[in-house]
Amino acid sequence: MKMKLQLLGAGCGRLGTLVGLGRSGAGALALPGCLLYTRTGSAPHLTHDTLREVRGVPGVAQLPLPALAEIHDVLEEYKEGAAKFIGMPDAVLYCSLHDPVSPCPSGYNTNKTVSLWGSSGRMEMTVSKFMDIQRVIQPDWFQCISDGDTISGEVGRKRAKKSVDRSLSFLDVCLQLQEKSPELQGSVMFGAIEGGDILEERLRSARETAKRPVGGFLLDGFQGCAMATETKLKLIASVTAELPEDKPRIIHGVGKPDEVLECIERGVDIFESFFPFQVTERGCALVFSYDCHPDPETAVLTQNGAQDLEKIGAEENQDEISKADPEMTPFEICLKDKRYQDDFGPLLEGCTCYCCQRHTCAYVHHLLVTNELLAGVLLMMHNFQHYFGFFSAIRDALRDNKLDQLKNLVFRQALQGPVNAKLSQ
Amino acid sequence: MAAPMAGAGPGPLPVLRVVAECGRSRARAGELRLPRGTVPCPVFMPVGTRGTAKGLTAAQLAALGCRICLGNTFHLGTRPGPELIRRSGGLHGFMDWPHNLLTDSGGFQMVSLAQLSEVSEEGVLFRPPHGGDEILLSPEKSIEIQNALGADIVMQLDDVVSSTTTGPRVEEAMDRSVRWLDRCVAAHARPGEQLLFAIIQGGLEPALRQRCIQAMTQRDVPGFAIGGLSGGEDKGRFWRAVKFSAERLPRDKPRYLMGVGYATDLVVCVALGCDMFDCVFPTRTARFGSALVPWGSLQLKNQQFAKDFRPIDEDCACPTCQRHSRAYLHALLRSETAALHLLTLHNVAYQMKLMGSIRESILRQRFPEFVREFMDTMYGGRGGAPAWVREALASVGITLD
Repeated sequence: MKMKLQLLGAGCGRLGTLVGLGRSGAGALALPGCLLYTRTGSAPHLTHDTLREVRGVPGVAQLPLPALAEIHDVLEEYKEGAAKFIGMPDAVLYCSLHDPVSPCPSGYNTNKTVSLWGSSGRMEMTVSKFMDIQRVIQPDWFQCISDGDTISGEVGRKRAKKSVDRSLSFLDVCLQLQEKSPELQGSVMFGAIEGGDILEERLRSARETAKRPVGGFLLDGFQGCAMATETKLKLIASVTAELPEDKPRIIHGVGKPDEVLECIERGVDIFESFFPFQVTERGCALVFSYDCHPDPETAVLTQNGAQDLEKIGAEENQDEISKADPEMTPFEICLKDKRYQDDFGPLLEGCTCYCCQRHTCAYVHHLLVTNELLAGVLLMMHNFQHYFGFFSAIRDALRDNKLDQLKNLVFRQALQGPVNAKLSQ
Repeated sequence: MAAPMAGAGPGPLPVLRVVAECGRSRARAGELRLPRGTVPCPVFMPVGTRGTAKGLTAAQLAALGCRICLGNTFHLGTRPGPELIRRSGGLHGFMDWPHNLLTDSGGFQMVSLAQLSEVSEEGVLFRPPHGGDEILLSPEKSIEIQNALGADIVMQLDDVVSSTTTGPRVEEAMDRSVRWLDRCVAAHARPGEQLLFAIIQGGLEPALRQRCIQAMTQRDVPGFAIGGLSGGEDKGRFWRAVKFSAERLPRDKPRYLMGVGYATDLVVCVALGCDMFDCVFPTRTARFGSALVPWGSLQLKNQQFAKDFRPIDEDCACPTCQRHSRAYLHALLRSETAALHLLTLHNVAYQMKLMGSIRESILRQRFPEFVREFMDTMYGGRGGAPAWVREALASVGITLD
């Protein structure tokens, strides 16, 4: 069965479902939505049974290519495809060119090759090598090999143009090769829209890519922080305006809740879920609220950004804040912080995840301080569930015409500095 | 969380109920009636040193059939400390573990962290490895911490010496352990809820072991541990000390052999009459990429497994073997913690299955055959079981081949 995008209607933004996914054709992905981030085919820190405890796990998993490219020979001998190899035979898999979490050093792509970065270092990919690997992976979706090396610092017009030219040329060759590959007949190719921060190039890339028979579009080159937010958002809106309504649009490298909302407003459908993983790795828990309909009794508290009256007015320890991870966002709390040593409440009041239902901040703090592996397991379960719940709330807000309220709630939390759900400023 | 079981009648129920005994060896199968439920024995107890069964959630550990595991008093006593754990509802509440827990006294760290400790009649003086003040771990202090942690079985503080130590220090430690047992019993504030076990010391000296057992069995404790062994001593002397101790301990109380966990050692020591075991080995070796199998172990990081698409063990029903191949685990081991958890799951399942098979064979009066099959699978292709294993089994009437 072929993949189809069903939208609910103009007033609801791009609220809908992608159906007909996977080998069986029974897979589906609610839109706007996110993918399940995996590393070498496993949700980070989680085994099948701990992943199963997480509510709202998306129907499509992201498998970054580098880890699979490193075991190309193994997959070749295995013959039965990556989904089976990783132990997720019924999953719908999207193979992205890069891992969103690994840095991609600049300056290594050529007219004929793109460099990937894995745990054993750099791998140089030609188009034919790329397609060889996809043939043994047999993904349901895959990002066509593209030149997205436009994100570090000032990108001149020439370099932006090159990224578009190269990516289109790769795309055309890959489409031809796909036609000749029986193993990839069921796979959907996503065309990457490049062009750096040059509007003309972005438009050219979008229009030209849209002419090709791709199954979906990837907005690439928006990772990192080199591009000014205003430019980024303008370009995203301009690009999606050029794309057909009936094909999904994925964006890479966008994970923070406020940025997700901005992209959804500008026509993006699908995001990655590397952000909750990054939060986990720094010993933090996502606690931002996305509940537009709070209990009237707690409404006053949520307006103040605090959820526990007892803790309001507690001393703020300046030293501890300055020691916090610089990557930390206003949407999370750091469980390594001493203030959680004797906090016997859950990570987030009202959260129904495995960790919050059974454990306390004090326990997670203890696990982090003693370097126990279980810390990562519990935090990942919480962070994934919270993040997937956020996307569910977005869909609800679109359905109920309450997107503005959700935006206000999220943007307010984005501005409040390192907001802690249990302390007021 | 399950509430502790109340004892019926005027005195407490005996902890151990022997259900079957091997007709030849000293192996027995039974049940341990513990505050948070009955645990079949012989039993292997996974070690969750710092209040976590390493990368496994409490739910995963319970799903593998584990009904009793260990926490470490020294580590938990320093971080996060007994007071905090008491406020969390005890170690059970802290870990969300509804089944049984056993805490050791903190004494073993005396041997393993020797440079940081100093023993006197008062107790053990520790200099914590992560900074902070010196702690005097006395019998009273150890019991106080263990009372706060709230485990179902608590261990006396014993004066532990390395099994390779010789000379008067061994005797001194043994005598002191008896005196410390009395101090522990006196200090124990929750005898109705927590079972205090004694620990037999005496190194590898039969005479010392004998004296220790004579003294300790005069105290009214619900169970006995055999301590001070499995520390790198010669295997021939190891099994003799285990056998000597086990045969002099009362039949109707559990015998807990501390620190024993290699599969072969478990089988032999069950034959010698032990009921309870603990060891970090299965969980620790998992985190080094090693999977336990009936014929030894697989070092999955080795290149030979890169394209091996079979599960770790075709006959294993654990979640890891049901879903994943050696090749996938090999690939995942390069960078992902999930691989460590998958191996921990398998290794704990392996230990549970082994103890289950041992127990089953005793119940069905075919333990000697089980031992022969086990040894054949483990050593068949490698010239037979080691000499010490043959001698130990022969001493209780089990011959291989």
